[in-house]
Amino acid sequence: MSEPLLTLEGVHTHIGQYHILHGVDLVVPQGQLTMLLGRNGAGKSTTLRTIMNLWRASAGRIVFDGQDITRLATPQVARLGIGYVPEEMGIFGQLTVEENMILAARSGPMDEGRLNWVFELFPALKKFWKSRAGTLSGGQKQMLAIARAIIEPRRLLIVDEPSKGLAPSIINHLIDAFTQLKRTDTTILLVEQNFNFARSVGDNVAVMDDGRVVYCGDMQALAEDVALQRRLLGLSLDSHQ
Amino acid sequence: MTTEALERTKTFKPAEWIDAQPHYFLLLLMGALGFLAMIFYSWAHLAELGAEPTVLGALGKAASSWLTMTVAGLAMGLLIFIMASGMTLVFGLMHVLNLGHGAFITLGAFVGASALAALSGLTQADSLLVNLLAIALVMVAAMLVAGAGGLVFERLIVRPVYHDPLKQILVTVGGSIVILQLIIVFWGPNEIPVSRPGSLLGSFTFGDVVIEKYRLLAVVVGLAIYAGMQALINRTRIGLLIRAGVENTEMVENLGYRIRLLFVAVFVAGSALAAVGGVMWALYDQMIHSHLGDLRMVQVIIVIIIGGLGSITGCFYGSLLVGLLFNYLSLVTPMVAEFASIGLMFAVLMWRPQGLIPVIRV
Repeated sequence: MSEPLLTLEGVHTHIGQYHILHGVDLVVPQGQLTMLLGRNGAGKSTTLRTIMNLWRASAGRIVFDGQDITRLATPQVARLGIGYVPEEMGIFGQLTVEENMILAARSGPMDEGRLNWVFELFPALKKFWKSRAGTLSGGQKQMLAIARAIIEPRRLLIVDEPSKGLAPSIINHLIDAFTQLKRTDTTILLVEQNFNFARSVGDNVAVMDDGRVVYCGDMQALAEDVALQRRLLGLSLDSHQ
Repeated sequence: MTTEALERTKTFKPAEWIDAQPHYFLLLLMGALGFLAMIFYSWAHLAELGAEPTVLGALGKAASSWLTMTVAGLAMGLLIFIMASGMTLVFGLMHVLNLGHGAFITLGAFVGASALAALSGLTQADSLLVNLLAIALVMVAAMLVAGAGGLVFERLIVRPVYHDPLKQILVTVGGSIVILQLIIVFWGPNEIPVSRPGSLLGSFTFGDVVIEKYRLLAVVVGLAIYAGMQALINRTRIGLLIRAGVENTEMVENLGYRIRLLFVAVFVAGSALAAVGGVMWALYDQMIHSHLGDLRMVQVIIVIIIGGLGSITGCFYGSLLVGLLFNYLSLVTPMVAEFASIGLMFAVLMWRPQGLIPVIRV
């Protein structure tokens, strides 16, 4: 396994009176795609939001490339080169696709070569460039959300359930896109419920349950071990293809 | 045939148009009803004078009255817009209902009165350009003082209660009382007369149509502020951030922008705009007192609600509607005019509970 880019050490998160994360330990290796799996309510999305400091960790440390980012404000975390796509995608529906992308290109005008690469990944965005983002379909919105996160080179891309509610053909398109992104050596942390998706793109896997990481390992190993899948996730990957 | 071509050839459906453009519909309706009221008023007025009213005579008089009152109404509407625009901008982006906004209107009026007195050499000159320069300088002074006040107000009063709407109402009202007391300490409790520069006194007369010079200035300033705000919001990166922030503050932060800095800037700008409104109102009324802002806040809140909370365009059209309604009715039935804007607000809310042009948030 390569050097860790992101490390969570004993992270606890409270939301109001609720104790959601109970000491999460997680390592995201550089240049690889790490899947974060688990049942509904296991704490996956909370973990991602805690990394971005949208919810503040009440205990523990979050280290990104050797720097403790636990207490950094969300914009500062993003400025370190972390792109985040929330579960609800966070599309600005009243803005055009172009305006969404302009905002995401924080350091200035969009690089034309990179924009063309994004268009190759998601051709629909070019077609609807001047359209209001709110008029896009669910799949197109997800493409825009991911495109926005990668329009500038990011050191870490965090995506929460990209395949949620999408048609199989769109999911296959997203799998292709993430496969291409992996070739660019982008480090990716992906929360996903679709196990076929997870197996197709994941290098490593961490499984969460009840606010803790209960398993870390190789994605391929988990995919091949039906008994382990049943124990960790309550079902087998094969039944979800 | 392309989709666009098909769209163009689609049959015009009034109900759909009214639903899509309620502000244009209401403006047209207001203008038409205003004209109708002017016809009745003219007929009655001619009869009162003992003349035998004729349809042509009544129509002619109604047209000139309508034009006079329409320009007056637009001017008043734009004055209200100048005062309200800052408050709706702050609410749109920050979701803060700043009931202390009226204090900044008052502050602007008082600073403006002092600046006008200090620039009496310019205001008493015979040249229109020199007079306008004086007013511009007065506005800059008022904006600077109110902007600085806004900066302190946001830091001390508003920031601790960003996520608590009930406390926002309480502390902003409390903050406004503090500002008003400070105004009384500095300027005293009495009313202060404000002199309008000489070249802005009087009216232009075209036949029976009378247009007050100062109202024309109010129209020009109001339209310039609206155009400036639209250009800022729709054509600049800061405007893009504001529009994005209105929809989803959290996502703007996720993209690496420090939205708090934008909040401060918008609050300061909102306070400065209130001060411009205060100066314009002081010159319009030619008399200021410490409750000027509080009294104007009733209309400010009404136009913001009519337009849709947080919507600058909605606030603009809401202001025009209130200004026109007041002026049409003030000629026909002055007693009703004072309360008519409240009736208009109820009617709009019954029809469109979110206001004319609601802001869409995630």
